[in-house]
Amino acid sequence: MKDGHDQDPPLVRLDAAELHFPVGGVVAQLQGRATVVKAVDGVTFELRRGESVGLLGESGCGKTSTGRMLVRLDKATGGRVEFDGEDVSGLTGDALKRFRSRVQLIFQNPFEALNPRFTIRDVLAEPLENARIPRAEHEERILRAMALVKLGDAGQFMDRYPHQLSGGQLQRIVMARALILEPEFVVADEPVSMLDVSVRAGVLNVFRDVRAQQGITAIYISHDLALVRYVCERTIVMYLGRIVEDGPTEDIVANPLHPYTQALVAAVPVPHPDQSHAPLPIGRGAPDPRNPPSGCTFRDRCPRAFDRCAVEAPGPTYVQNRIVHCHLHEPKT
Amino acid sequence: MSDAVTSKIRAPGRIARLRRTLGSIRLPLHDPLAVIGLCIYLFFILMAVFAPLIAPHDPNEILFTSEFALAADLTPGTDGYILGTTTLGRDIFSQIVWGARSALLIGLTAAFVVALIGSIVGIVAGYFGGWADTVLMRLADVAFGIPFLPFVIVLAAFLEPSIWNVVIAMALVLWRDTGRVIRSQTLTLRNRAYVEAARVAGSSDLKIILRHIAPNVLPLSFLYGSIAIGWAILTEASISFLGFGDPDSISWGYMLQDAFASQALSKGSYYWFVPPGFLIILIVSAGFFISRGYEQILFPKLDR
Repeated sequence: MKDGHDQDPPLVRLDAAELHFPVGGVVAQLQGRATVVKAVDGVTFELRRGESVGLLGESGCGKTSTGRMLVRLDKATGGRVEFDGEDVSGLTGDALKRFRSRVQLIFQNPFEALNPRFTIRDVLAEPLENARIPRAEHEERILRAMALVKLGDAGQFMDRYPHQLSGGQLQRIVMARALILEPEFVVADEPVSMLDVSVRAGVLNVFRDVRAQQGITAIYISHDLALVRYVCERTIVMYLGRIVEDGPTEDIVANPLHPYTQALVAAVPVPHPDQSHAPLPIGRGAPDPRNPPSGCTFRDRCPRAFDRCAVEAPGPTYVQNRIVHCHLHEPKT
Repeated sequence: MSDAVTSKIRAPGRIARLRRTLGSIRLPLHDPLAVIGLCIYLFFILMAVFAPLIAPHDPNEILFTSEFALAADLTPGTDGYILGTTTLGRDIFSQIVWGARSALLIGLTAAFVVALIGSIVGIVAGYFGGWADTVLMRLADVAFGIPFLPFVIVLAAFLEPSIWNVVIAMALVLWRDTGRVIRSQTLTLRNRAYVEAARVAGSSDLKIILRHIAPNVLPLSFLYGSIAIGWAILTEASISFLGFGDPDSISWGYMLQDAFASQALSKGSYYWFVPPGFLIILIVSAGFFISRGYEQILFPKLDR
């Protein structure tokens, strides 16, 4: 049927998307001291239907903000966020309702993502009610969604409250709610970071399998390269609101091009007792996002920065099958 | 039979949800003071409900002795008047009993209106933010700037002195405290992950407010409502005492005004003005005991 992915229009498209937050109140604004935090500052990428992409970066790099823009929990303050050819920020009324049933978010913290006053049945029925699915079908859809996330003996959970379930079970419920309307696009925001290590693999496998089975387009947000590598074919690395590198996960792991990606890859612990952990080649923490460095925002931590980095922000450079934002890789002129 | 059972299990919907919402309103039975307050309220409620049966006379009826003289300034016990009579020959005990009716009527309606307006304003301002928040909170600032008693007096005098105008005047001013507190509570709820999750699940603003915000705000509305009861009764008493009250309905404040105007103190008619004064103190304190109990349920960490 399909003759090559390249001809398909992308399902999700970000074009120089920005999410800026004003900092400081009325007084600061009058004094001219008010600034903006550029949580997301000109991010451009496309997702093809059925792709699973990891969004990688340390905390504060804008990966969660990007996710929130994609599901329209926040409206982009600049640029465009498109889903299936439509501008997401402009959706209202019925169009927004349809969008809500096609795009879902899996929350990071399952202990907070469920209303403590709702039973599991109420939690899972909420999206069904909103999508106007007849009440008679609810029971069956709920059971099916719970089977999908491998919560055996679903009937036992139906009338319990969130506080009566374990973290792993709760995260499966959160996933079941995201999947119950059979969405086309799911953003998973560090879905296992709040879970006990012993149950992470199970939850992660559920996510990976369901995504592959149903052909869901997914973004997996994480700060952990190992997890992204396990779930996603393609990885986008972000730093301080911008993309630094974008390409197939295996290539990025095998041969990181951007100095920041190189640092991330070096930081992955090696599961061998004799091999000691290599020190991070980059120093200190991330700079103050209210006052980022000029030019390339990574230059003050970059071991290979040179004069030009302070002057000019690097644009996208295409290296083989990857996009890198770094002056080191720009073609010499 | 078995059909009925399964349908009962399968219909968790509205009834269960309502029960859970109302379940957040618990009576503060763990605190002895609150229990005393509840008992006092129960006593007054019974008194108000059965006023026509308890009171031996119409509170406004001018009574005469068996010698056809005005039954004025009789001391307690004489001629079967339990608490004696006023200078105009009215039965004080009957006035006390009927006074409970207007006290509760005013207290409860004012509290209800205050809690209702305050909750709606607070939720709308907190949830929607932006200009709705700005407009409503500046209105609250204005309400905070209005001196309470003078405003109620002016309004009650401007319209006509009736119980309902006193209630309206109080509602127009007292919603400010409830509104502010409910707003801040809503602000913390609005950004909870489960509210955002509901939004991603496609719930409309109205649905999120009714299902996720309101149940968490309701106990707080209740607390502020119970505080408003005391305020309302006290205010009505003040206004009646100052002579701006409803002349047609007997309230404890009106009784104090009547006693004051008839120079009951210089006549030494303690039986006339001590009981209404005492009952005002009693019912207002009872209201505060109950709200204290609520406070403990809502903020268990306060730990007094």
